[in-house]
Amino acid sequence: MKMGKWLLVALGLTLGIAGTAGAQTVEIEYWQYTFAQRVQAIDELIKRFEAENPGIKVKHTHVPYDDFRLKIAAAIPAGQGPDVVQLFYGWLQDYLRAKLLQPLPTELFDAAEIERDFFPLVKQMKVDGRYYAVPTAVRSLSLFWNKKLFAEAGLDPAKPPQTLDELLDMARKLTKRDAGGNLLQAGIALDMGLQDHHWLREVLIRQMGGQPYSADGRSVAYNTPAGHRAVAWYTDLATKQKVGEFGFMTDGVTAFKSGKAGLMIDGSFRLAAFDAQVGLDYGVAELPTHQGKRSNFASYWVNGITPKATGAKRDAAAKFLKFITTPGAMELWLEKVGELPARKAVAERDPIRNNPKYGAFIRGLGYAEATFFVNETAQRKLFMDMVDRVVLKAQPASESVAQTAAEEQKLLDAFFK
Amino acid sequence: MSLTVGRGRPGRPRRMIVWALLFVGGVLMVMPFVYMLSTSLKQNVEVYQLSLLPRSPTLANYRRLTAASGFPRWFLNSLVIAVLTTLSVLFFDSLVGYTLAKFRFRGRRLVFLTILSTLMIPTEMLVLPWYVMSKNLGWLDTYWGIMFPGMMTGFGTFLMKQFFEGVPDELLEAARVDGLGEFRIWWRIAMPLVGPALSALAIFTFLGNWTAFLWPLVSTTKRELYTLPVGLASFSGEFQTEWEMVMTGASVATLPMLLVFIVLQKYIVRGVMLTGLKG
Amino acid sequence: MLDRLSLRARRTLSAWAFLALPILFYAAIRFYPTADALLTSLTDWNIVGPRRFVGLDNYRRLLTDPTFWKVMGNTFQYLIVGVAVSFALSFLIAYHLDRIRVGHALLRALYFVPHLTTAVAMAWVWRWLYQPVPIGVFNGLLVWAGLPQQPFLRSTEQALYAVLAPAVWAGLGFQVVIFLAGLKAIPQEYYEAAAIDGAGSWRTLVNVTLPLLRPTVVFLVVVSSIAFLRIFDYVYSMTNGQGGPLDSTKPLVLKIYETAFGHFQMGYATAQTVVLFVILLAISLFQLRLLRSA
Repeated sequence: MKMGKWLLVALGLTLGIAGTAGAQTVEIEYWQYTFAQRVQAIDELIKRFEAENPGIKVKHTHVPYDDFRLKIAAAIPAGQGPDVVQLFYGWLQDYLRAKLLQPLPTELFDAAEIERDFFPLVKQMKVDGRYYAVPTAVRSLSLFWNKKLFAEAGLDPAKPPQTLDELLDMARKLTKRDAGGNLLQAGIALDMGLQDHHWLREVLIRQMGGQPYSADGRSVAYNTPAGHRAVAWYTDLATKQKVGEFGFMTDGVTAFKSGKAGLMIDGSFRLAAFDAQVGLDYGVAELPTHQGKRSNFASYWVNGITPKATGAKRDAAAKFLKFITTPGAMELWLEKVGELPARKAVAERDPIRNNPKYGAFIRGLGYAEATFFVNETAQRKLFMDMVDRVVLKAQPASESVAQTAAEEQKLLDAFFK
Repeated sequence: MSLTVGRGRPGRPRRMIVWALLFVGGVLMVMPFVYMLSTSLKQNVEVYQLSLLPRSPTLANYRRLTAASGFPRWFLNSLVIAVLTTLSVLFFDSLVGYTLAKFRFRGRRLVFLTILSTLMIPTEMLVLPWYVMSKNLGWLDTYWGIMFPGMMTGFGTFLMKQFFEGVPDELLEAARVDGLGEFRIWWRIAMPLVGPALSALAIFTFLGNWTAFLWPLVSTTKRELYTLPVGLASFSGEFQTEWEMVMTGASVATLPMLLVFIVLQKYIVRGVMLTGLKG
Repeated sequence: MLDRLSLRARRTLSAWAFLALPILFYAAIRFYPTADALLTSLTDWNIVGPRRFVGLDNYRRLLTDPTFWKVMGNTFQYLIVGVAVSFALSFLIAYHLDRIRVGHALLRALYFVPHLTTAVAMAWVWRWLYQPVPIGVFNGLLVWAGLPQQPFLRSTEQALYAVLAPAVWAGLGFQVVIFLAGLKAIPQEYYEAAAIDGAGSWRTLVNVTLPLLRPTVVFLVVVSSIAFLRIFDYVYSMTNGQGGPLDSTKPLVLKIYETAFGHFQMGYATAQTVVLFVILLAISLFQLRLLRSA
């Protein structure tokens, strides 16, 4: 009995101490997908954040990309998982539907302030007047060109194409085939599974005089002659102009990386991969214009707060999120990850704006659109199928576009109903 | 010296042709694997030259992989889990397979079919309920939490049942007459007679657990608990597929499996079985 | 008390004693989640939030979903071609390999090694094999033989078979090893008896080997059918998770995966899983019956 009493006291003391300690440190979890440079950047940011906020500990978990959404979907309903979570901006609707995010506290995330300081694309993160996520960095598209292949083809390695017509012309000169007509070197790497579908949707359609969606985002607007022209021009690259082939070198990145493609449209996230490839001498230019029109596609990963974070955790999570979106954090991000700052002021500082690698991307951001996706996976597939039908089944572009437009409209209708 | 064992022997030239064909077939089978190994030895520049053999082989990729924080731990985790699970499967699946093969009782067929039907549910659908179960029981981030779904399998039970059917009932009856208990009969008499099946089951169970990805991924958050496939997956992602590292990882993952196979395949030998055919 | 029971009853008791723990295990680990999935298939659920009961709506939706029928067609093609080809090849290999003594272990290892590798790594290699000339080995052989090149993965007619090939290739080793185990389990005395009776290799095969291999054959046919109906890894790795081009390679499991974890429609996904389950069960039962009574 005496033993028992002492045991109880000991237990009580331990719990008491643990309890007090608990009241002093809040632990929150941050999840993102595995991407070495981002992981390092976040680790560094966490170190700085914890130094400034001794009462908060941030546990950092990263998950392989292919299974990122699955893990989150499994964890959150079970009360596990992150307090602060990374998501692709195009998944916002999915995450909201799956109730994986809570609105950001307005004291730290004032809508007017965000809209003043960040690039306008961030507005999509606002639903019913409240912001649900904010980005640290944004990406846009540019034209990559292989300087060595340019020189070999008799083109000036310092002068990339400025217009679509020039692009086609140079691509022709860069294309090499053997005696049997087999492609040895592509003028331009074509891959709808990478960024080409964004190029088609937000750039080519607009440059041909049309627009992808209506202003309110509820209707498909590319089933027009302009839309047909855009798809035809793109697919012709493979079928009629023969300056590239789908599936060449298994995918577009491999084709360009291995020095077998002269041109490629890709995003700023690709810089690290190309830099790592020994012997690849490439340049970065703004996307070619057409008939004086220019456009670009921007995308971004954002971070939000999950419903799991309540009370003290919520406050800690908000503080952390605020910290990783400060100008200082963005500068670190640019340096470590090579992604462009989401704050205009930071991005438009001269050394960054005129940087040979980032410059074209930042300039492109100025006129970029970020598509409002209701279901990015499905909408991407619809475009991929649209191109496949033209290229593999010889369906006329106008028919294929009409078919896809109808299917995509169904998706939008189901979402907005 | 003959190339073949006597079983209605064909002529010598025919045997040699068969051997040669099998060899060529085997070499062709192995080519993609050789290519994978070869890529793991290539420097980054060479990977896209797509030659069969590396011109300037390097161990840099292997060094980079094994130096990755957590690599030895991932390897150990995979090893422990695979070994323990295989032992459990060998025990339980044999016991159940034997029971279903050699006992006659009402409901036998139903039990067999229900166990067989466990093969028909994709793991992807089971992962979420398992996760909730593990979380409620505190099994997340533990070895047990990773292992428990695989401790018994319908696949192994089915395999062992088929092989136990080939064990002569007379042997078992004789043992019963001698007064051995049922468990002893299974362990002492029946099991040694299904050696080849047990070896095969051990190989496949080990392989399945060694390469398991989805459940170990979902059930762990602590990096120290990652199994090898989960750890290796960190070399590919949304924009970073470093193929030479993926090939290196795959090669490293295959080598222990190869060892297990080489050791266990010796036991897939002719079982010493008396058929009761008396001259 | 036990002494009172008949021999038979005691045996039955032992049987159930052996089965007790396993049955409990399967009930908890496999059947409870399956029942859960069955219930979920009658709801509309996005993983978080409440499940909304919708009755058979998900199943009705399946009937009118064109991708579902395409996917079912693909899945059955994988089944029929995959099982037939791999069964024939692996038996041929195992039968001859069994009769070889010199270099047996080496040859067996050569055939088994593909089974040890991961789909992701091998898919990458096979994608190179399918490239057009001058890179692709297969097209290189075709051209050398004077035949036209084939688009393989870039063709809606050929892609399914192009994806099936590495899956069959990787699975051969498994079937060969099981066949070998089955062949090795046939006692030598049977062959000696046949030889004494003057039977040649063909007669021996038909009258001795095949009948005694029946349990092995049953196992392999059922298990490989289930495996091909559930094909996923190779399709995912060879088509970048798309099942393309134009859904021509997409099997049911990929559609389930996409519906559940791409679109977050758990109710619809589990309905598809239930359909898959029923098909697998039906086919297995059918095969078990057929191969038993033959």
